Amino acid sequence: MSARLPNHSLAVRRLLILGALVFIGFFLVLPLVAVFAEALSKGFATYGAALVEPDAISAIKLTLLVAAISVPLNVVFGLCAAWAIAKFDFRGKSVLVTLIDLPFSISPVVAGLVYVLLFGAQGWAGPWLIDHGVRIIFAVPSIVLATVLVTFPFVARELIPLMQEQGRNDEEAALALGASGFRTFLRVTLPNIRWGLLYGVLLCNARAMGEFGAVSVVSGHLRGLTNTMPLHVEILYNEYNFVAAFAVASLLALLALVTLVLKTSLEWKFGYSHRSAR
Amino acid sequence: MKFATHWRSFVMALSGAALLAACSNKTESKDSEAPAASAPVQLLNVSYDPTRELYEAINPKFAASWKAETGQDVKINMSHGGSGKQARAVIDGLDADVATLALGYDTDEIAQRSKALTPGWQARLPHNSAPYTSTIVFLVRKGNPKGIKDWGDLVKPGIAVITPNPKTSGGARWNFLAAWAYAKQGGGSDAAAQDFVKKLFANVPVLDSGARGSTTTFVERGIGDVLLAWENEAFLAQKELGEGKFEVVVPSISVLAEPQVAVLDGNATRHGTEKVAEAYLKYLYTPEAQEIIAQNYYRPIDPAVQAKHASEFPRINLVTIDGAFGGWQAAQKRFFADGGVFDAIYSRAKK
Repeated sequence: MSARLPNHSLAVRRLLILGALVFIGFFLVLPLVAVFAEALSKGFATYGAALVEPDAISAIKLTLLVAAISVPLNVVFGLCAAWAIAKFDFRGKSVLVTLIDLPFSISPVVAGLVYVLLFGAQGWAGPWLIDHGVRIIFAVPSIVLATVLVTFPFVARELIPLMQEQGRNDEEAALALGASGFRTFLRVTLPNIRWGLLYGVLLCNARAMGEFGAVSVVSGHLRGLTNTMPLHVEILYNEYNFVAAFAVASLLALLALVTLVLKTSLEWKFGYSHRSAR
Repeated sequence: MKFATHWRSFVMALSGAALLAACSNKTESKDSEAPAASAPVQLLNVSYDPTRELYEAINPKFAASWKAETGQDVKINMSHGGSGKQARAVIDGLDADVATLALGYDTDEIAQRSKALTPGWQARLPHNSAPYTSTIVFLVRKGNPKGIKDWGDLVKPGIAVITPNPKTSGGARWNFLAAWAYAKQGGGSDAAAQDFVKKLFANVPVLDSGARGSTTTFVERGIGDVLLAWENEAFLAQKELGEGKFEVVVPSISVLAEPQVAVLDGNATRHGTEKVAEAYLKYLYTPEAQEIIAQNYYRPIDPAVQAKHASEFPRINLVTIDGAFGGWQAAQKRFFADGGVFDAIYSRAKK
């Protein structure tokens, strides 16, 4: 912005800045403060007790487990898909790109119901699975499946535009110099996309831990067994246990804040250039 | 090349996390498969919304009594939600051992639509498989500012009535039928009754999917003038959520709600838990459990416990589902099935 704006715009600018601040205050800061205020309304002891209670611990463990499975899966898939889409031309490429976006556009409830239809006792594969003692629906596997489906596009969507923008020149040079395909990927492509990938992983992780809709449909809401943190918050709230509900919610909010701090500090430490942001 | 080292550690951390996840997954599945005879046994009780506190109180007592009797530890897992939604989950494969839903119709749906429960379950436990009863009353704000005394007051203009959705909630279906019984008493016509419930639902600003959601809407969010609630839920809200903020209003007529319980024999046989599941439900009929039931504001069926708590439960003229509506199958079909009375009045009430 080299061109100076006319003088009278100073007031306008201040008004706009004020408006933006008020907006951010109301819609971002206030809810965050409210969560922590409610969680701590009966003191730190009650807050701590709500988090170390066995059902809460099992919900936290399950949430971490689900994220630990679904995020790496999506990293592998996202890398493969973005690599294939950005560096090669093949038939049906646009169909693949559209399919990757599908989880963004369908409602999470549908994502959950799909698995009930597939693996439920009245579903296609359900009766056979139940006869053979395999539990998918209303158990941990379906929670992982639903989370993977919902978080599917995060890594791929981060990487595709970035890799397309970078083009194929570096890789072609590496190959011409005699590097193998895998070595090229590891030494040339991966370093080029590291920040985009990290950003995708963080977003993917945040969604995997916070997902409610799809998981709610397939979980069965068994305390201590198939309750993730967001579902546990709902159960506690419905039991009029508001302090505990907000305590667990504050933990989720804290995870989100840690994610953001982690991202920012990494960017700062490694002199993250804005160009490769995305 | 500096980045390559960063990258290697990053990829290693990722694969480490994946490995960790795979391992913990394995141990977890090992835990769940181990049904030795003396090993601790797990039961899953699928129940409706307001029974959370009740079973939280009963489960440890039953576990202690089962331990004393057989030496086996039993852990009871709970799942709560709108009664219809819970039945749907069991039909879709939620692997529960017992169902303690809000009304017999939902339990019967499980028998009709899945292999989890064999028909004729109603006769397997005493008192038509209903170890406790309840009814529908009104919860109003302190001092009853809108002067709500009976069903007739709910259809007045400007009264906001809170009830869950009869499509998904058992309590809401009892609410609906109690209102219908009021309109029909003294020989009212079906058309008049239909007009009455239509006016009533035109006064409903929010339809939650379960009874607990409606209570939260009324109590916590402060929406509405009157909550149509399970008697136990109304007493609980009054006692636990700020004494003196709400008042229970007992209408002139209501419905005798008999939440029935059943061992889901199809599932329990597969788990090898029939015995403990049956003992669990039978335990509900013991004086010890009946006392807990009364303390949680459900109406006990044991005569001695009933007599002891008689003063706490208001006397109301209660119609029964079999007497006034010809049983749940008939009532469900007429009122709540797709294209039934509720659909007709609700789509028109909104216009």
